[in-house]
Amino acid sequence: MTLADEIQRRLAVLAPEQLELIDDSALHAGHAGARAGGKHFRLTIVAAAFAGKNTVARHRMIYDALGELMHRDIHALAIQARSPEEL
Amino acid sequence: MDVQKIIHEQVTSNPVVLYMKGTPQMPRCGFSSTAVQILQACGAREVLAVDVLADENIRQGIKQYANWPTIPQLYIKGEFIGGSDIMREMYESGELRQMLAEMA
Repeated sequence: MTLADEIQRRLAVLAPEQLELIDDSALHAGHAGARAGGKHFRLTIVAAAFAGKNTVARHRMIYDALGELMHRDIHALAIQARSPEEL
Repeated sequence: MDVQKIIHEQVTSNPVVLYMKGTPQMPRCGFSSTAVQILQACGAREVLAVDVLADENIRQGIKQYANWPTIPQLYIKGEFIGGSDIMREMYESGELRQMLAEMA
């Protein structure tokens, strides 16, 4: 299972209606974090669970779902989190 | 001194604190660079920029302080505001400029 697959699998707890995960690592080749093996991703996620929550709370929900991946395998994760009503 | 106490002291005794990789003059990460540019675009003055690459204790400690796993991190009046994505959203909505203007 690739890291991207694992990220998507863990985010399933948020019951996303839409989820797009783009691996940006190539854009950061040569950067110190990239050399250490960490990956860069861009995540767009739509879930009803985000309704009524501010952006900090939404990002925390995502970080919680990803657990230790965030500290170990993922060097950077750009997040756009929306509830279905905001589309 | 405990690193959590040092961080607490930094964010409460300075109006605006940005924890970043590198310095505002020479950011060493694209996300930190974005954060600096946003603060500059908002006309923020008196920003304390802390280079986490210069201090491994701060680099690890700041992730625990706000229970936030990534850098950069912005604090205003001691309150954790967010990372670069949140800064960008708040900049685009005008909210960040307003928060910073209210402090002047």
